[in-house]
Amino acid sequence: MKTRGGRRRKLRFSKLYSFACGKASLKDDEHSQIGRPGFSREVFCNEPESFEAGIRHYGGNYVRSTKYTLATFLPKSLFEQFRRVANFFFLVTGILALTPLAPYTAVSAIIPLVIIVAATMLKEGVEDWRRKQQDIEVNNRKVKVHQGDGVFNYTEWKNLRVGQIVKVEKDEFFPADLLLLSSSYDDAICYVETMNLDGETNLKLKQALEVTSFLHEDSDFRDFKATLKCEDPNANLYSFIGSMEFEEQQYPLSPQQLLLRDSKLRNTDYIYGAVVFTGHDTKVIQNSTDPPSKRSRIEKKMDKIIYFLFCILFLISFVGSILFGIATKDDLKNGRSKRWYLRPDDSTVFFDPKRAPLAAVFHFLSALMLYTYFIPISLYVSIEIVKVLQTIFINSDIHLYYEEADKPAHARTSNLNEELGQVDTILSDKTGTLTCNSMEFIKCSVAGTAYGRAVTEVERAMDGRTGSPLVNKEVNGFHNMKESTDSKSPIKGFNFKDERIMNGNWVNEPRADVIQKFLRLLAICHTAIPEVDEETGKVSYEAESPDESAFVIAARELGFEFYRRTQTTISLHELDPVSGDGVERSYKLLNVLEFNSSRKRMSVIVRDEEGKILLLCKGADSVMFGRLAKSGREFEEETREHVTEYADAGLRTLILAYRGLDEEEYKEFNEKFTEAKNSVSTDRDTLIDEVAEKIERELTLLGATAVEDKLQNGVPNCIDKLAQAGIKIWVLTGDKMETAINIGFACSLLRQGMKQIIITLESPQIQALEKAGDKAAITKASKENVINQISDGKAQITSASGRPVSYALIIDGKSLAYALEDGVKNMFLDLATHCASVICCRSSPKQKALVTRLVKSGTGKTTLAIGDGANDVGMLQEADIGVGISGFEGMQAVMSSDIAIAQFRYLERLLLVHGHWCYRRISSMICYFFYKNLTFGFTIFLYEAFTSFSAQPAYNDWFLSFYSVLFSSVPVVIMGVSDQDVSARYCLKFPLLYQQGVQNALFSWRRILGWMLNAVCSAIIIFFLCMKALELQAFNSDGRTAGRDILGATMYTCVVWVVNLQLALAISYFTLLQHVAIWGSVAVWYLFLLGYGAITPTRSTTAYQLLVEVLVPSSSYWLVTLLVVISTLIPYFAYSAIQRRFFPMFHEVIQWIRHNNGRPNDPEFFEMVRQRSMRQSSMRPTNVGFTARLEASSNRLIEMNSSHK
Amino acid sequence: SRFTQQELPACKPILTPKWVISVFLLVSIVFVPIGVASLYASRDVVEIIDRYDTDCIPVANRTDKDLKIQYIQSSVEKTCNRSLRVPKHMKPPVYVYYQLDNFYQNHRRYVKSRSDTQLRSNSSANDTDNCKPEDTTSNGLSIVPCGLIAWSLFNDTYSFSRGNEQLDINKTDISWKSDRDHKFGKDVYPTNFQNGNLTGGKKLNSSIPLSEQEDLIVWMRTAALPTFRKLYGRIEVDLQENDVIQVTLENNYNTYSFNGKKKLVLSTANWLGGKNDFLGIAYVTVGGLCFFLALTFTVVYLVKPR
Repeated sequence: MKTRGGRRRKLRFSKLYSFACGKASLKDDEHSQIGRPGFSREVFCNEPESFEAGIRHYGGNYVRSTKYTLATFLPKSLFEQFRRVANFFFLVTGILALTPLAPYTAVSAIIPLVIIVAATMLKEGVEDWRRKQQDIEVNNRKVKVHQGDGVFNYTEWKNLRVGQIVKVEKDEFFPADLLLLSSSYDDAICYVETMNLDGETNLKLKQALEVTSFLHEDSDFRDFKATLKCEDPNANLYSFIGSMEFEEQQYPLSPQQLLLRDSKLRNTDYIYGAVVFTGHDTKVIQNSTDPPSKRSRIEKKMDKIIYFLFCILFLISFVGSILFGIATKDDLKNGRSKRWYLRPDDSTVFFDPKRAPLAAVFHFLSALMLYTYFIPISLYVSIEIVKVLQTIFINSDIHLYYEEADKPAHARTSNLNEELGQVDTILSDKTGTLTCNSMEFIKCSVAGTAYGRAVTEVERAMDGRTGSPLVNKEVNGFHNMKESTDSKSPIKGFNFKDERIMNGNWVNEPRADVIQKFLRLLAICHTAIPEVDEETGKVSYEAESPDESAFVIAARELGFEFYRRTQTTISLHELDPVSGDGVERSYKLLNVLEFNSSRKRMSVIVRDEEGKILLLCKGADSVMFGRLAKSGREFEEETREHVTEYADAGLRTLILAYRGLDEEEYKEFNEKFTEAKNSVSTDRDTLIDEVAEKIERELTLLGATAVEDKLQNGVPNCIDKLAQAGIKIWVLTGDKMETAINIGFACSLLRQGMKQIIITLESPQIQALEKAGDKAAITKASKENVINQISDGKAQITSASGRPVSYALIIDGKSLAYALEDGVKNMFLDLATHCASVICCRSSPKQKALVTRLVKSGTGKTTLAIGDGANDVGMLQEADIGVGISGFEGMQAVMSSDIAIAQFRYLERLLLVHGHWCYRRISSMICYFFYKNLTFGFTIFLYEAFTSFSAQPAYNDWFLSFYSVLFSSVPVVIMGVSDQDVSARYCLKFPLLYQQGVQNALFSWRRILGWMLNAVCSAIIIFFLCMKALELQAFNSDGRTAGRDILGATMYTCVVWVVNLQLALAISYFTLLQHVAIWGSVAVWYLFLLGYGAITPTRSTTAYQLLVEVLVPSSSYWLVTLLVVISTLIPYFAYSAIQRRFFPMFHEVIQWIRHNNGRPNDPEFFEMVRQRSMRQSSMRPTNVGFTARLEASSNRLIEMNSSHK
Repeated sequence: SRFTQQELPACKPILTPKWVISVFLLVSIVFVPIGVASLYASRDVVEIIDRYDTDCIPVANRTDKDLKIQYIQSSVEKTCNRSLRVPKHMKPPVYVYYQLDNFYQNHRRYVKSRSDTQLRSNSSANDTDNCKPEDTTSNGLSIVPCGLIAWSLFNDTYSFSRGNEQLDINKTDISWKSDRDHKFGKDVYPTNFQNGNLTGGKKLNSSIPLSEQEDLIVWMRTAALPTFRKLYGRIEVDLQENDVIQVTLENNYNTYSFNGKKKLVLSTANWLGGKNDFLGIAYVTVGGLCFFLALTFTVVYLVKPR
């Protein structure tokens, strides 16, 4: 029964649509390539076990996305670990430490390295394990496979083999690339949703070859045999070349027969298909490049710093070695020892004066080992820990949690947290990202009167700003309405609220007749198909596009319920204005003049029950107003006004008009039209268009509709904030230009008064060339055309520079293809960066990725791509950060993203709060890490200089190795996790703060070198003060003097104190945890010294009972510590006091504001903030967002006023 | 939780002028008195320093380094008499130090050249791996204590008299107690020490255990810097102002090869240790600097409020 229903429906579909894609246009030249290199694939359908299939041996359908397998984990991840220069360095020094070269014991050098490598590997392992789980899920999905004898059984996806016949049922995903053999429809068509591939939500029609379309039952496959020859696996989604040999006949195959993995079967009960490509051969997987391992900018810079430190290290070691070599050589002259106590006459090679150069070389290695403390070994692992914790914060932030879908934010990689704070350009997908992909009928203008009180998202966002009485009134109206409609559940696609029209009240309106026609037109002029739920009697619609269904739904809700369509009639339940009763009417459908992008309108011609012939037409304002009859222009002015208003609010508008036809006229038209339709020449479409053109004239205007492509919650607000933060937003969409522009308006990316530079190839010249079909000429002309348009745009901007005009660049996919070519792309980028907003429409996934790459490499700034569909995957991977929207559209985008959020609006908090914090934390953390290690390392160096460069460390071995691990790492990790310069509230209140990250103010070389300089100063102060204070004289009242042990321990105490207090000075957010960590670290040092001093002296050597016996009883120790610590911190303290006072950074200004809150505010200070913001924003004026829109509109008002005067 | 929402209670200190000035003032208020006290303590200490390395060489040998070395390496009696005048009353204990200069006790080869296990217990006498080349005698017997440090033990000797009165030098308890008790064994006796063809420094009485060889213990606690003092002993009588102390010293130790100075130091000590003005001066300076900064900041804040 099911089958029959499907068939019935099919008839209607194929009549109604003449899908262009339905006709397979095959070109012979392509098919002649089959069997040649690149086209070698042979598939034997339905005989996967056959001999031929055996020798071909195509891979299975198992898909693996993990980085490691069980066997490769250890070697591969170790390799990865030691590919990091720093880790490799530590490995080398660790190995060297086993030789007598080492200035310290080997164990003390190796243990920290082992801990750190193990921790990182553990993290890698856990991450890969998670990926493995996802793979298992996908690979174990079930699909029905032909088992022979016409029996179909469920099998896991991973077991599919090339050549097998599978049966896929409605709303299932295709498990591999399939050749469509037949479907539940008679003519073997099926509908496919390719959302995961290209993000397009409309259904695609696929059709099998006619020869196989008879296979309707499972049992038909018992003896089915066919051989396929086709191209080798490749990444091109839109091409497929092959041929099928079936019953000794060759049939050409086209993409029309290919069903791609990860697309979904829709509106079709089932299909049969033969597996052509499996697993990694499938187009979608070929298309997905390996997820590039992304590293944040800061980390890359950190590597540079590490290289820089390596240079210092080598330099210092080198200088030390030379001096050591000289001193060593000097020890033995003419057989006489100088420093006889070193026995230079009987020395090992490391200290042998006779082989001083060699000794110097060895010393160089020892020195390298000694100065490893310049390079913070625990930096990487600390950063990893901090990042993981930061990710946890992001994941568990309640403000990023989308309650309705139970979806929290999910940071999938922890590498890029701080990159979130540096985003310069956001490249956003449209459908599903900015919009919810649902259209709502929201307003209309009939007979010059505007109806519809519902508030659009943009208006709502602007309300919050202005609080103007006008809007308030509307809001009030909205509230009133809300009360009355509260009882009704909201209807998808319908958000129209106006008591004047609803519930049949329209009959009381002054121009009820026009309204009636208007509504009727809505109900008739479309190509939707009703589906009546037999139980409830409710009608739902399936339409080509969501806006179309929005119209029909609107008509239904307003009393013109379209409930049945046959091939020739359209039936409505209408409300009769006279009687007020519902009546059934059916209209005879005579012709459908379809929509296409050049016509920008569609019409139907119907005969109503009274026999009148009506042409009902709806279309874009640009084409419609010109087609009105003189008599039909009654409401033109008002309607135009309304349309502009709607369009500015980002609504999609259509003009509705009609025309009565007399029989004669229609007859004439119909003849011509039929003739045109039946013609087979290439310009058939043109002929049809010409005929239609002639009839669609002399129209009478009814009104206009406004459909809201519904933005997701809070999108305009979020975009506004991001724009205020100085982030550029580009929209890359696969949609039509008009739609894209509408959305641009809706999101306030475009506004009235903004100059639009539109680059398109839809010019007559190019179209003419396209008809001529000369490819080379087209390419050439198109390219030139694009270049010209780009340079024109550029010229416009340069000529207008100085005037406060902002520009928007809108470019379509075809032009984009040329604009992205090598010679042109820099021009294009140059133009684009000068525009306030950029919208690329009709762009393919590949182009999205290319644009992203262009922006990334062209500007050298951080890019963030956000999208929800599989078509955004390339873009997400290409961008520095890919953010996936975990909406309804499958998981592809999320799987390839770095961070997944549930709604676009969360981007605001993600970037402005988490991004900023993470950026700040990581950059301070890294700076501090270098500081603490340089301070430590430099004291070692200074001391070594006093040991005639013999690579003798100042400190005990275990002091050395525990420095990073025990006494200085925890506080900085806590800082990296919890420090906040300003609270989340203030981050959002002052979006400009975000520019700190974009301009990289906290991790500039100046700042880094500043910290390093600070480190050197600290080290010098510590060393020389300690040395001088403990130099010669008795250390305590017992007259004993200070040896190496005492000087070392005292210096070490000072270093521990200094680095921890330095951190305390740098922190602006002291939690209890932070206190515990800082003071704890210092306390741990004393405890460690106590404990270490208590173990046997053969282990603790110089530290044996040092603390209790020597240091604590001595007043010099405490006095020196106090002196050194305070003196070391004073320079930084004074510097930061001055800097905060006179050259404050933006976050410090905000801290001030917070601090002054509650007290009478300091107006001067606010002024300063404002000026500062102005100064920063003057670098890049905010031209998008509704704040800018408000400003612009108020400017316009002012101008108007002044011109009136 | 408040932790995951990053809303933990916290104090958010910022450097307000008030804070800055009060911190600076506080530092100066604390530091200046400490500095003054330290200076007093340091000035309180009486110190006599006598450099003798050149003066204790016969005039004929003084002219040339080689001659000096020749002299110091010869086996003649190298007694030398010095007289020191006490500038101020010195209360007992008066500490006697020797001070060496340009002597790298912190050289890596030197520092490592010892065997802690061997020093500690009798049973590890053969544990001499680190001690090369002073690990074994030429016929393979382990040297106790082995290594360069022990081998180069300082061997000048001092004796003091005031007029005709001999001043005793107390050489006990000049080392750290933990060293005596735990690092140097009571059952470890010097064996084969300084028996090689090249004699380094002092010879040890092989009948006294290492734990009582305090000169060795002091010497083995290596100095941090190339110029250092080590405790030689204590004089436990009052030395009056203008007393003249006769020192009879044996100038055995070779510092001439490496141009090192040798000094004899007599010094008292107090709660702060010996004489070193540096700590006091540093405290006063830093305190003063902070006071100055506090003033500057105050002025600046007043003149240019924002």
